Parts: sequence; structure tokens; C-alpha cells
Amino acid sequence: MTTIAPVRHRLLGIPVSPLNHRRWLNLKSNRRGYVAMWLFFGLFFFSLFAEFIANERPLLVNYDGGYYFPVFVAYPETTFGGDFETETVYRDPFVRDLINEKGWILWPPIPFDYSTINYDLPVPAPAPPSLVNWLGTDDQGRDVLARVIYGWRISVSFGLILTILSSLIGVAAGAVQGYFGGWVDLGFQRFLEIWSGMPALYILIILAAVIEPTFTILLVLLLLFSWTSLVGVVRAEFLRARNFDYVRAARALGVRDTVIMFKHLLPNAMVSALTFLPFILTGSIISLTSLDFLGLGLPPGSASLGELLAQGKANLQAPWLGITSFLVLSIMLTLAIFMQEAVRDAFDPRKTFR
Amino acid sequence: MAFLDVEDLAVSFRSESGEVRAVKGVSFSIERGETMALVGESGSGKSVSALSILQLLPYPMASHPKGSIRVDGQEMIGASEAVMHSVRGARVSMIFQEPMTSLNPLHTVEQQIGEMLTLHRRMGKGAARARIVELLTLVGLGDVEKRLDAFPHQLSGGQRQRVMIAMALANEPDLLIADEPTTALDVTVQAQILELLKSLQKTLGMAMLLITHDLGIVRKMAGRVAVMTDGEIVESGETARVFDHPEHPYTQMLLAAEPTGTPPHSDPTSPTVMDVRNIKVWFPIKRGLLKRTVDHVRAVDDISLTVREGETVGVVGESGSGKTTLGLGLLRLTRSEGEIRFGETALQGLNWNQLRPLRAEMQIVFQDPYSSLSPRLSVGQIVEEGLLVHKLGGNAAERRALIAAALDEVGIPGSAQDRYPHEFSGGQRQRIAIARALVLKPRFLVLDEPTSALDMSVQAQIVDLLRDLQRRHRLAYLFISHDLRVVRALANHVIVMKDGRVVEQGPAAQIFDAPESGYTRALMRAAFELEATSGGVVRT
Repeated sequence: MTTIAPVRHRLLGIPVSPLNHRRWLNLKSNRRGYVAMWLFFGLFFFSLFAEFIANERPLLVNYDGGYYFPVFVAYPETTFGGDFETETVYRDPFVRDLINEKGWILWPPIPFDYSTINYDLPVPAPAPPSLVNWLGTDDQGRDVLARVIYGWRISVSFGLILTILSSLIGVAAGAVQGYFGGWVDLGFQRFLEIWSGMPALYILIILAAVIEPTFTILLVLLLLFSWTSLVGVVRAEFLRARNFDYVRAARALGVRDTVIMFKHLLPNAMVSALTFLPFILTGSIISLTSLDFLGLGLPPGSASLGELLAQGKANLQAPWLGITSFLVLSIMLTLAIFMQEAVRDAFDPRKTFR
Repeated sequence: MAFLDVEDLAVSFRSESGEVRAVKGVSFSIERGETMALVGESGSGKSVSALSILQLLPYPMASHPKGSIRVDGQEMIGASEAVMHSVRGARVSMIFQEPMTSLNPLHTVEQQIGEMLTLHRRMGKGAARARIVELLTLVGLGDVEKRLDAFPHQLSGGQRQRVMIAMALANEPDLLIADEPTTALDVTVQAQILELLKSLQKTLGMAMLLITHDLGIVRKMAGRVAVMTDGEIVESGETARVFDHPEHPYTQMLLAAEPTGTPPHSDPTSPTVMDVRNIKVWFPIKRGLLKRTVDHVRAVDDISLTVREGETVGVVGESGSGKTTLGLGLLRLTRSEGEIRFGETALQGLNWNQLRPLRAEMQIVFQDPYSSLSPRLSVGQIVEEGLLVHKLGGNAAERRALIAAALDEVGIPGSAQDRYPHEFSGGQRQRIAIARALVLKPRFLVLDEPTSALDMSVQAQIVDLLRDLQRRHRLAYLFISHDLRVVRALANHVIVMKDGRVVEQGPAAQIFDAPESGYTRALMRAAFELEATSGGVVRT
């Protein structure tokens, strides 16, 4: 008997099974989706470090021979020879002069964060794009580019977290219904019909009026209604596949129910579930944006693309607001769709790429 | 001039990975009143050739790079929809393989046939009804008046195929294309349908193009035969000449491919592996508000059998006779009553966890290799599953070696482990399914029609493989099949089943050479000579 050494493939240094390696190659061969994936996650990764890109605090201050990191630590003004015990306002020309006398300041590329109000505008807010505010300011004098960067971070992380949570719940619920069938299935189905019959948007509006919405509360509220979208597909796949010969063969081998569900039935359901994921992801992003647009979403002052969109509508004389928010949203959603399309195809064993 | 003239016909399919040339220039012609058979294995392009006569291929995915098809002098390739409409169903009709899916489940028999008549002949309702009754009588469907309002699901497979034939004959076509008309039917029904087609052709004087993979049917039905493989006709001529003096190596291979040989000698003193006494599988029929059990479907009724080491018990019967249920009952994959002893252990009364260690020693191979392998697992993972459940093979490398050895034994290279099942042909998939069972080193295998979904030449290879494995490992088989030729090549003992009961049981030689019951004799005649037996024993 000869031993066949398994071929070792590595992805980012981590050993992967040959199958996953092939999936990865499939994913790569879909150029559009592959590029979209890098862009989407690249931009998201980039936006995770928003504090280092757009901030009203300097990255590094050299004062009197000592180094200070205002991004991480809040220094009182007295540190730099000012009068107040409160945190330094670095944008204040007086403070800047104080520091520049005995050292220097290293600013991030965009010296505003999402809530910084630029008081030095040459025209009344909203101000058009200029060398200081690259994409202009909104009607409260806040830098649009800084708000877009922070808004991207919030929207995408919200979308991803909501998608992951609702797929986990949806797949589990669908799997249980489909595999056990009978009364479990019947009862669950009726519950789902009632549940999905509820007017989700009105309930959200009413709840938003009662509780002060935060990121987490909004996540939970939207999760209440978004997990149902996968149940039907997964249930159908499980119902169909549980009588397949290979499931019977697995039972003949003595495999346990839970293992059959995970190993034989779940991969079947995954492709159809994956086809739904892009819609859940984009749907999640859109629902957050639309709640923000209506003024019912994240608390006032948060960086939100929906609010920017609302400002664009309210200030048609300032087209940079509307155009920016439109472009940002459409690019985000398009990248998400392309990426998910590629992932779905990569998992399809019948799909062959040249 | 011949009625149908196909000249240098080629068919190509556009696909993502380039062009697939399904048919590469075939020529044949059929005279009026003549039967010609197009024979070949799956993928040879025989069905595609037939479908292109009526231009029924998925155009524009399919195309004809060259060639011409003339029906009664009229060119079919590129003909307008109006011309095609006047030919399809009127001058040239077609019957398909699968009577379960080729009838519309929402239309009654009368509506299905009536459609043909109103479309082509603009017949009124009364006239159509009279014609339908006439047609159904012609194809030998009993109780015609009652069955006019029947839906397809209320008819058996043979009856459905008769309705299909009645539809095809409705407008008295000059040419009938029969695409594997009996493949999905039981042997006795197959014999009846073939007989019917033959007599209809004689009385109506139409030409017939018979597409089949079954050489027995060709020999019985066709005057001329064309052998197709890989999109080309390699040999054609008078049936008798081709069968007696095949010239092309492929034809010779096809003719030699019938499952042959005899089972290894059985030794009555070898230890008993599976001993079953009076097994019953009854499914309750529940009725009414309280779901009380009013009656039972007796899928398996009171069967006893013994399988010894290195020995095969063949279970023969038509569809619905309960043979698969018997196999599942033996492995306790379905609930049953009666005594089942596996070696020294009584299986009844053990729960799922207690049975698990025994599952390694008794395995099953299913009929359809396309559905019995999970499409989303690699071949290696599929074979590995049993090893993982029974904790055989210490680590991944050891398991890989065991899998490679099992695959090697069934003739699949061990390096195929990382490929998916869809990359393999039907025969190779069945080998993988056998390897999945074999890797656990079982003593007892239930083979549930393992050759039925395969081409003839592949069937013979699988039969050889099974026999070889049996000899090497002293395996005990329960071989379930409707195909008597395969059973004859493998079984030491035979059980003939009908409606869940044993009709006849005994040593293979005795059953095949001197069958005692009328049912067994009818089955033999239908299977080996394709002759229907009239009289009460075999009914539609």
C-alpha cells in the first residue's frame, strides 16, 4: 500500500484544503468580483483607521522637546502652556501658535473629524469643495469627506454584522424546520407568516420614538425582521435534500443527525443562501441609510450617509452634497453585489472557469 | 426517394467552455413502412440526432454547422415555424422515454390527445372524442370510456406510455420516432409495448426510427440498424448482418458487453452472515380525523432468507414489488418486524447507537450513482465519511492511504480524491459508491440495482468488479435487480418477489432453468426473449 502525500496549498501562509484552494482560484478567476472584493474590504479596512485619516486632533505633537499623541491621549490645554484644564482644542489658532513656538504639529491628511465644524468658511455653509474641504462642507459647516469616511465605516460594519447575525439565525431556523418537518415545520411556518406580516418600518419608527436609538439598538431592531429572509430557502433545500440517496447512504454508514445536517445538507443550502447574502447585505445598509434619511436612525450628529443624503435633498443649491452621497452609496452597494456574486460562483462545484 | 433522408448531419452546442460537437456528420435514411434502429450508449448523440429531425433542440444554443434533413423531400433545417408546425405531430411524431414527465400532469387523457386533433385537424369536440376512443382502443388501453377523464398520475407507467403512443398516432404520422420508449418500464410491460409498436407499425404502414441502447430490442424490432458512438455512425446495415458479423470494433465490443459469466461457487458450509426469518415491513394507512390505522401497505410480507459468506442472494421483481424495502429493512434503515440475525447478533431491538458499530460491517450501494454521492463533497471526503464515523485510520495521512487503497481496488486512481463527483461518468461514480462501502471492510453488502442506471458495457464491467471483490474479500451480497441477465451473472440463490411476497425462491440454476411459477416464467420470457405472455399472470 502506498501512501499518497496530500498536496499542501497555502493561502496567506495558512494551509488550506485542496478544495478551498480551488474555490479561491475560482474566485480569483472572476476578475470583476475579485477586484470588487479587494476594493470593498480595502476601503472598509482603510475606514477602520478613520481616526488617523480625518481627525481634528493632530497625529503627533512635538512640544518643548517632548512627544505627544493627541489621537490616543487627551491632554489638557495647560500641557502646552494654555489657560484651561479642559482638553486642548488643537484647531484653535491660539493653541496652534503656542505649540508652534516650541515645536511642531503633525496633522492627519484631513484635519477634520465627522463632527468638526469649520468656522473659517469664506462663504456661508454649505461651502463648495475647496483646498481645505475637498468635498465641501454640509449645511452645518462639517467636512463632507470626513463624514463620508466615518459614514462608510459605520454603514459597512452595520451591514456586515447584521448580515452575519441574520444569516446565522435564518439558516439555523430553516435547517431545523426542513430537517425535522412535520409539526415543527408547520408551527414555525405559521409563526413566520404572522411575523413577516408585521409592518416592520412602522414598528421601527414607533420604537425609535420611544427609545433613543444607538448602533446596537438599531442592530437588534433590524435583526428582528431581517432574519426571516433566509429561512424559506434553507428550509426548502433541507426538505428536498433530506431524502436524497447520499443522505440515506450516510445514515447507512451510521452518521449522526447533526453531522448529516452540517456536512451533507448545509453545503447544499449554502449556495442558495449565498445567493441571498448580497441582498441582505445591501438591504441592511439601505435600511440603516433610509432610517437615517428619515431622521429616525443613528443619534443626531453621528456620521451617517443617510443624513448626508437628506442634506443633499434639502440643499439642492449645493449639488456636491447630493452627488457625493449618491456616488458613495452606489459604489458601496455595487462593490458588495459584485463581490458576493463572485463568492457564490466560487462555491458552485459545477461552475468551471477557464 | 426515402421518406426521411438525413445527410451528413452535424450538431454543435455552444457552452461556456467552447463548442461541443455532439453529432459529427451522420447520414441515414428510412423508407416508408420500415423500422430502423439507432443504437448507442449514453452521450453517443443518438437522441440529439433524432431531436434535430423535428428541430426540437434548444436553438440557438444548438446549431447545425452542416448537413441536411429532408422529410418527404422537404428540407427541415432552417424551415419556418409554419412548416415545422405542419410536420410536427402530423407527419412525424415522437414518443419519449419518460412517461412520468412527458404527459402534462394537469390535463386528462382526453385533453392531451384532443389537443393533437384540434391543433392539426380542427376537429370538433364530438368527433375528437370518437377518435380518441378509437385510438385508445388501438393502443390497447382497457376501460377506455372510464379512462378518458383520468389524469396521468392515475395511470401506471405502461398505461401512460400507451397514452403517449396514442397521442403520437393521433394524426396518422408517416414516421414515428421512438426515443427509448421502454427504458423506464418494467420488463413485462416493456415486452407488451414493443409488441404493440410492432403491430401498429404493420397495420398503419408507418416508418419507425427506434432509438435505444438495448441490443435485445434492436434485434427484435428493427430491420436495419445504425450503431452510433461519439457523434458518428460507425456501422450500419441489415440487423441480422450487423449482429452476426459485426465489422467495427465498437460494435463487437457492444455485442460482447452483455453481462456474462457465472457466480463464484457457493459453499453451503461457510458461515452465515445474514439470517432473516419472517421479516415484515408494513406501512400503516391512516384515515379519518383521529388518524386511526385502517389498513397496511404490505411492502414486504413474511420473507425469510439466508446469506452466507462469499455468496450472493439475488432479489428479482418488478417495480413496486418491495425488493428495495426488503434491503432497507435488513439494514434496519426502515422499521420492520421479524427476526434479523447479523452473524451472531440479533439486530431487532438495538437502538441507533447500538447499531452504529455494526454499520461498518453491513453496507449498501444505491441504484443511481448521480444522486447517491453528495455533489458538494470531494471523492476523498465521501469515502472518508465512514472512516470518521467508525474512527478507523488514526490520522489524516493514514485515512488518505486507506481511501486511496479502496479507490484503487475499484479501479479509480487514488489521485482522484480531490475531485468532485460530477467530474466522473456514471460508471466511475458507481465505483466510487462501491469504494465508500468497501473502505469499511464490510462483510455484507446490499446492492440495490447498482447497474440499472448504467450503460450496457459499463454494466458488464461493474458486474465483473463486484464478482472480483466478492472473491477477494469473501463478501456476502444481497443483490436487488429487475434485470435478470445481471442477476444470472451474479447470484447463487434467487428470490422472485411480487407485491411484497415471495413467488419463488431457490438456487439460481433451478430458478433460471426450471422456473416453477407462471409469474417467473413470464418474467423470464419478457426479459430474455422480449415476449409478452398473454393471460392472467402479467397485467398492465
